[in-house]
Amino acid sequence: MTANPLPVPAPSPNFDTQEFWDAAAQGKFLLKRCDSCGVIIWYPRFVCPDCHSTDTSWFEGSGKGTIYTYTIVRKGQGPYKDAAPFVVAYVELEEGPRILTNIVECDPESVSIGQAVEVVFQDAGDGAALYRFRPTET
Amino acid sequence: MSIRGKAFIAGIYEHPRREIPDRTLTQIHAEVALGAVADAGLTLSDVDGYFCDSTVPGMGGISMVDYLGLQCSYLDNTETGGSSYLGHVGHAATAIAAGKCSVALVTLAGKPRSSRGGPRGGGGGGGGVDAPPETSFEGLWGLAGAPYNYALAAQRHMYEFGTTSEQLAEIKVAASIHAQYNPHALMPNVVTVEEVLASPMISDPLHRLDCCVITDGGGAVVVVSPEVAHSLDRQTVKILGHGEAQKHAMNGRVDLTYSGAVWSGPRAFEEAGVTQADIDYASIYDSFTITVLEQIEDLGFCEKGQGGRFVLDGALVAPHGKLPFNTDGGGLCNNHPANRGGMTKVLEAVRQVRGEAHPAVQVPDCNIVLAHGTGGALSTRMGSATLILGREDA
Ligand SMILES: [Zn+2]
Repeated sequence: MTANPLPVPAPSPNFDTQEFWDAAAQGKFLLKRCDSCGVIIWYPRFVCPDCHSTDTSWFEGSGKGTIYTYTIVRKGQGPYKDAAPFVVAYVELEEGPRILTNIVECDPESVSIGQAVEVVFQDAGDGAALYRFRPTET
Repeated sequence: MSIRGKAFIAGIYEHPRREIPDRTLTQIHAEVALGAVADAGLTLSDVDGYFCDSTVPGMGGISMVDYLGLQCSYLDNTETGGSSYLGHVGHAATAIAAGKCSVALVTLAGKPRSSRGGPRGGGGGGGGVDAPPETSFEGLWGLAGAPYNYALAAQRHMYEFGTTSEQLAEIKVAASIHAQYNPHALMPNVVTVEEVLASPMISDPLHRLDCCVITDGGGAVVVVSPEVAHSLDRQTVKILGHGEAQKHAMNGRVDLTYSGAVWSGPRAFEEAGVTQADIDYASIYDSFTITVLEQIEDLGFCEKGQGGRFVLDGALVAPHGKLPFNTDGGGLCNNHPANRGGMTKVLEAVRQVRGEAHPAVQVPDCNIVLAHGTGGALSTRMGSATLILGREDA
């Protein structure tokens, strides 16, 4: 079974996340690091949730990770009405954070916890892009 | 008890700007929070109580607690318009006097000047710049509705601990055994493990019958002083302990195998001065079967990861199971009004203490009970609240 194409909703950049989404449109997966305690901050924001420093810097992440958990949504809603079955997962990035996303470009039934995945960017229109993950070619 | 002399204002901060089009509401709340704790000579890491009104984007301040990386034992979202913050200071003093928290933060933010003449924000797709801050990172993946987040938790729990769909189904079966005695139950029929597993898959690994019912309705509670209680003819129920917590994404350290009950539960047990062994009946939030399983573990009724084994052999079935639960049929079979099951958890716990549950499911000599509520997205952006109640002489 091949997956249906998913809708690509446009993100809403704000004053914390404009750089992240601008980079995504350029095919880059940015992460933020706290310059004070060194932790990776996810999702990106101006204040470190660990040590509350406001000294933070962007850097380009590897875009690689493994699946921490997943579900196959059997009935989509809203823009996803005709998209089921599709996969929603938490991906544990190589850099540490576990982030919510879709797993695409694969049979939903083939997805498993621990599977290696990598980032892909999909055109969300108007020059915006959305990140998703696909199984890494082995 | 009075608050007189029990609490002090230690820090204040007024945002210096009068037009702030280049910040989100969340950022302004964060800026004033940083300013006020700095003025007090404290840091945000010291804060264990958070008070806000509806100017905080997200559900009841939990998005803000997540954003700032706070771990609060007390959260108050009272909304009374412009008077909210005076009320919050009084509520904070009450909470501090009662030992519920020791450093309370109250914040306000708004942008009516920079948002004149149009909708707030304008960032496009996912709700504008003042959508809850996690929106573009969690709201775009097709997770419409509650089951999917709980399915993600169930899948991970199964992976780490070997929990099975059959074990989850036992929870639904127990609730349905109770529901048959409730003439108001939406789903009064007794179901079997096989029927749960044969129901359609909604979001792997959760089936339709792993989910609660969807119902209109409501409920209410009246709480009174000891003096009023003693003046009444009606049997009253003593509030012995209370604990609250929020669990959020913890800066990317998401762990879906436990909930905020690991913090709210011990706070309630400590205040009540009782242990798990003293609990005669438990109302446990049951939006989904996995919700019950994780809460049973988190509240300490069994070891983490052993919930699947714990619920076997009728452990949850009243009146004689190890832990009789949700004797009204719960949200799983009876009622989940407004998609919020916490109120009905309190109500059935009170009925059990009063001896007013259905005779078939009334726990004999029911002296001390627990009611536990779960809100939001299990383990990632949630509120947890635990109450321990007892007879008047408990
Ligand atoms: Zn830091």
